[in-house]
Amino acid sequence: MPSGFSVFSIGVSCVVMCILCTSAEDPVPELSPQKYFSALQPGKASLAYFCPTDSPSTSIVLEQLNEAVRPLQDYGISVAKVNCAKEETSRYCGKEKDLMKAYLFRGSILLREFPADTLFDVNAIVAHVLFALLFNEVKYITTLEDLQNIENTVKGKANMIFSYVRAIGTPEHRAVMEAAFVYGTTYQFVLTTEIGLLESVGSEDIEHAHLYFFHCQLVSDLTQQCRRTLMGQPLTTLNIHVFVKTMKAPLLTEVAEDPQQVSTVHLQLGLPLVFIVSQKATYEADRRTAEWAAWHLLGKAGVLLLLRDSLEVNIPQHTNVVFRRAEKEVPVEFLVLPDVDSIISHVENNTHMEEIPENEDNDIEDPDMDIQDDEVAETVFRDRKRQLPLELTVELTEETFSRTVMASDSIVLFYAGWQAVSMAFLQSYIDVAVKLKGTSAMLLARINCADWSDVCTKQNVTAFPAVKLYKKGENPVSYAGVLGTEELLKFIQLNRISCPVNITSIQEAEEYLNGELYEDLITYSSLSVLGLFSPTMTTTKEDFTEAGNYLKGCVLTGMYSGEDVWILANKYAATLPALLLARPRDGKRASIPLAGTRAQDIVQIITDALQETFPEITVENLPAYFRLQKPLLILFSDGSMDPQYRKAILTLVEQKHLDSFTPCWLNLKNTPVGRGILQAYFGLLPPLPLLVLVNVHSSGRVFAFPSDQSITEENFALWLKKLEAGLENPIILSAQEWKPPLPAYDFLSMMDAATTPHPPGKAPGCVRETDVQGNDKEQHEDKLAVRKEPVETLRIKHWNRNNWLKETEKSLRPHKEL
Amino acid sequence: MSLCAALWGPLGLLLSLALRPALGTHTKRDYCVLGAGPAGLQMAAFLHRAGRDYEVFERAPAPGSFFTRYPRHRKLISINKRYTGKDNAEFNLRHDWNSLLSHDPRLLFRHYSQAYFPDAGDMVRYLRDFADRLGLRVQYNTNIVHVTLEKDRRAWNGHYFILTNQKGQVYQCSVLLVATGLSVPNQVDFPGSEHAEGYESVSVDPEDFVGQNVLILGRGNSAFETAENILGVTNFIHMLSRSRVRLSWATHYVGDLRAINNGLLDTYQLKSLDGLLESDLRDLAIVKDAKGKFHITLKFFLEEANASQSADAIPLPQDDNDNFAMRVAYDRVIRCLGWNFDFSIFNQSLRLSSGSEFSRKYPLIRASYESKGSRGLFILGTASHSVDYRKSAGGFIHGFRYTVRAVHRLLERRHHGIAWPRTEHPITQLTDSIVRRVNEASGLYQMFGVLADVILLKENATSFEYLQEFPMQMLAQLETLTGRTARHGLFVINMEYGKNFSGPDKDVFFHDRSVGHTEDAWQSNFLHPVIYYYRHLPTEQEVRFRPAHWPLPRPTAIHHIVEDFLTDWTAPVGHILPLRRFLENCLDTDLRSFYAESCFLFALTRQKLPPFCQQGYLRMQGLMSTKSLRDHGVESGLLRDYAAMGQVPEDSSRQPGDHEPVGRPLAAGHLIQSLDSNKEEL
Repeated sequence: MPSGFSVFSIGVSCVVMCILCTSAEDPVPELSPQKYFSALQPGKASLAYFCPTDSPSTSIVLEQLNEAVRPLQDYGISVAKVNCAKEETSRYCGKEKDLMKAYLFRGSILLREFPADTLFDVNAIVAHVLFALLFNEVKYITTLEDLQNIENTVKGKANMIFSYVRAIGTPEHRAVMEAAFVYGTTYQFVLTTEIGLLESVGSEDIEHAHLYFFHCQLVSDLTQQCRRTLMGQPLTTLNIHVFVKTMKAPLLTEVAEDPQQVSTVHLQLGLPLVFIVSQKATYEADRRTAEWAAWHLLGKAGVLLLLRDSLEVNIPQHTNVVFRRAEKEVPVEFLVLPDVDSIISHVENNTHMEEIPENEDNDIEDPDMDIQDDEVAETVFRDRKRQLPLELTVELTEETFSRTVMASDSIVLFYAGWQAVSMAFLQSYIDVAVKLKGTSAMLLARINCADWSDVCTKQNVTAFPAVKLYKKGENPVSYAGVLGTEELLKFIQLNRISCPVNITSIQEAEEYLNGELYEDLITYSSLSVLGLFSPTMTTTKEDFTEAGNYLKGCVLTGMYSGEDVWILANKYAATLPALLLARPRDGKRASIPLAGTRAQDIVQIITDALQETFPEITVENLPAYFRLQKPLLILFSDGSMDPQYRKAILTLVEQKHLDSFTPCWLNLKNTPVGRGILQAYFGLLPPLPLLVLVNVHSSGRVFAFPSDQSITEENFALWLKKLEAGLENPIILSAQEWKPPLPAYDFLSMMDAATTPHPPGKAPGCVRETDVQGNDKEQHEDKLAVRKEPVETLRIKHWNRNNWLKETEKSLRPHKEL
Repeated sequence: MSLCAALWGPLGLLLSLALRPALGTHTKRDYCVLGAGPAGLQMAAFLHRAGRDYEVFERAPAPGSFFTRYPRHRKLISINKRYTGKDNAEFNLRHDWNSLLSHDPRLLFRHYSQAYFPDAGDMVRYLRDFADRLGLRVQYNTNIVHVTLEKDRRAWNGHYFILTNQKGQVYQCSVLLVATGLSVPNQVDFPGSEHAEGYESVSVDPEDFVGQNVLILGRGNSAFETAENILGVTNFIHMLSRSRVRLSWATHYVGDLRAINNGLLDTYQLKSLDGLLESDLRDLAIVKDAKGKFHITLKFFLEEANASQSADAIPLPQDDNDNFAMRVAYDRVIRCLGWNFDFSIFNQSLRLSSGSEFSRKYPLIRASYESKGSRGLFILGTASHSVDYRKSAGGFIHGFRYTVRAVHRLLERRHHGIAWPRTEHPITQLTDSIVRRVNEASGLYQMFGVLADVILLKENATSFEYLQEFPMQMLAQLETLTGRTARHGLFVINMEYGKNFSGPDKDVFFHDRSVGHTEDAWQSNFLHPVIYYYRHLPTEQEVRFRPAHWPLPRPTAIHHIVEDFLTDWTAPVGHILPLRRFLENCLDTDLRSFYAESCFLFALTRQKLPPFCQQGYLRMQGLMSTKSLRDHGVESGLLRDYAAMGQVPEDSSRQPGDHEPVGRPLAAGHLIQSLDSNKEEL
């Protein structure tokens, strides 16, 4: 329906334009000369552009003027177009057509006239108008002499801001004028366009505009020169604002609180903090160092003197500098720096001054919210076209479900076709099917809960993926282990036998213990547990059976309660009832008396027994050791471990030096992600093997055992002592919270923007996007009062409006092509 | 036998009246349901399953008596879609407008009719089976002729409902559930209205209309259904109604004129003789002339005229205005003006009043379907449509089967201490829970804007409770009504059409009517899920004085899932990703899923873990990747190939950037330095 389409699109564009013009661009009002002059208010500045009623050539100027309405309004300056009718006699109406001019009035007094060609763009208009209004506040100079004269007059009284711009009317000029509008009464502003003048001040790179802060207020002696600080950032209004704020901040602050808690204006402005750690004994020297550093870091970082003696929190010994970034979540760094220069260089190397883009035309897109950042979802999506050998598993439906799980022992995967995690696991599940193909009596089945949600609900499955084992005559067992091929395989294999299995003779018990009875299962369970009971110990037997049931699929359990059980008890020196723990691989046996132990505790004993003294840590088993809440002592090894190290560590274990740690080792060949960990700790891969103490639980600190030392009891003990004494510098792990990786679409604001030109104050939103705050009430108040407003409010208003405008435009981009 | 009954009837009445106060012989029930239509049976099914003491009273000898006569032309306009290409039973209910809810899969309407628009007789058969199969306790042939209130402090609601049937038998009920539908034909009073035949009695045999001029009053489905039936045999049909015709495909309201009935619109616009006219009936008058033909005139002409004047002398509009549209004489006038609720049996003490201007035909009720006049009196089914009149489907089987369930849940909570059913999940399943429901839930889909799912967050937002199909206008009273607590913020999941998309005069087929971009989702026009986030439960005042055209008070944040042509909101990037970002930003956390390897890395290099690793990996339930997935991960840059990582140049130490929420966790330079200083010391 082509006609319908065109009509509609016109409708939409019309709406867009209307909303834009009502909300954003108040067009320049057109007045007759009489009207204009009668409307002038005393003391109020206004810019009027006089042009003939029918003149088309003025449109470019008018366009620019249109754009300047808003920014000028912020400074209380109104803009008008005055129509000169042919018979008009006002002297402002040019006689010739091409000599139209704009005039700046304060009240009815003419301040300045501007030929049309000086008002070539918004920047020029704003710059020129403010320049004219701030004639007294901003001194324009051309020679070094002028500069020195002004400098001398302000010495001891005020500070001075000197700037060089390439030309009047440039964006830099406008930025300086906007700053002067706000700070003009506080600082003496000096402006030049002479390169020579700048050269004599000492700048070399004259390509760009420059701005210096002259610290003249401190100067008491006229012969003394004012200290100067050059602003490093490009001249934009915001940058100047930030710069001036840092100049205003105290040069050096003394603090005696946790560096993490200290807050200064620098942090708010996105600048880092440098704490010079000071002690009573060296206070004077430290203060001098700090002052020196402060002068050098002026405008780049805040410098504070941290009084260690009155500090409550502990900072590592030997630390002399603490560095804190402006980003909130990044932890503070404790540094030992050799000299003051390295403080400066450390700051300079670690500061990425955030370029806060000027608002108008920043096209830097927000990070694209439509890009998938969920690794599971993305990998599953990318893999969607690969054919899996799904036929190895039986797909169940509502009709076949009950029949199937009743008919044979089966394991069922509950998944949802649209859910990434369960689709990722489906791949492992199919791998299990491949491995078991033709060998297992267990039926591998799956059911898509996106189709058969009723079945899944009936089976009590509320989250995907879920795996359940159905055996004849038994309650279904939910699999609660790692969602991976190996672990699931182990679960399935160990479930082939009952748990605990009933051992019928002493002979069989021995076979069970040395691994002959279930030879094929030994690979899945490193531990064989045998409960020994005399036939009368029914309660303990029940408890043990319950524990065995609970541990179904993760460990082999057996039970013997023959009359001749005492033979075994004697042989393994066990008091009945007892647990025999056997590790068929190394032939080790241990016995634990069980009298009075309840099922829950039996489970605990067995799970504890499953843990090794010096395990190889892997992705799968880390959580089991992590639970102990002890610091991990990890030996990183590239490939299998040097037996020497093993011996050394085991000796330490035996000597009880490591009781408060979990000693383990990590084989980079088996667990390549270990490289990522080392890199996170050290930046580079350090020489291996390397012993690292990782204390995630209590302090988030990591220490590396000096790689040039051998791991001996002596060295190790010494190292531990040093750690306790705080003599070692830790690597501090990030304590950052897991925040939303990206913002969400702020539909609420978009809806607001579409319904009202000035949205009502936003409810405290959780969606972090440009805050919309059209505070129109304030804007309609007397514009000249704006001058008294602190710069922050003024600027923020300005920015927000612009951002909001942008948002409106974006949200109103109506119907895009599909 | 009948004589016997006739004799005993009045006598029984007298007896019971006399004995009631003294002996209290009347039957007591916790729940009394009036009417064994779809809504009454639906409620009975829930009460039955919950093992409650209830009874249904039906004046006819079988369930669904309305459908034995109506619709007159026997074709139901509720769709019986038997194939959707999906197996999901809940989803399929979205397109099954006739079935009631039960646990018996045999009780699905598709087993009763093959027709897309089934015959009303099939509905009667279905309802009978429904009552029989489920063994519902229904007293047939029991006409409740009077309902009154008896104050009693011990009663659940401070009073009992006293029901009297046609034989004078009396029932005492703690809760009264009225599901009597709309049973009284709507009559508009104007001079000559007695000449009009009613829809309820007019002939359905087209032969009776051959060569006649017919005027139909009304423009609803019954009017058009009647017209459709005789369109081919009449000279012409004129349809007269107060306001313009509302087409359901333009208003997306099933109660408006359905396309299946609108054949007359077609012939009207194609310049046949049929036509539609708009005028207020109350201004008109029908005059019967000597030949028995009907003329339309204006009421005030009649008033001016002398009462004694003969019919032929009454002034007609065409006397002055010779091109008056209805100047022809009609052979028949048929009234098809809809139905009203039967208020007559309810004693004043129940304070059951009719609704406002637009819903005068319905009794006045709250959004919880409880009468505003008396506690414990609920209106179910078609008669409860005032809650969502002209908005949603609450007046029709496919809608009220869900509102009845909501009422039942409210009652279970109120009288039996059984809190609103819910499932509890860890926060990592938040996105999934919502995706699952918006894709399959039928109650949300049918009763959009009325019933909404509610997610109640637990402390610290580590887990949540999911409540289904709560009457959203009662949100402020959620805690009392459900027995659940909402202290830590909540999400409300609703389905909505675009705000300005539809209406009787809108072009709903305009170009570019659908939105495809996720960032424009809020401009979606077709039914799509909308999620509201509140930090605190809104107050009653906030709900009542919410912004115009908003179904709920202004939320802290809102999310629209972009409309989808297939109503399949499972696209990973188009639907799920923006939803996750919204939820993440509301909860201020990271809801991504991670493979075990990533969790392992985080566990050893960071002090905090994302929820997915905390609730999965650390509990020994990490998700292992496979080779193929890992390769894709490396290719996409979201995973790293650690095995291939050798001595890595320093500048790549910022990797894996994607794993950090913001910035990077460790400053490599500093760490090396600290290690160097170690060496110096030792």
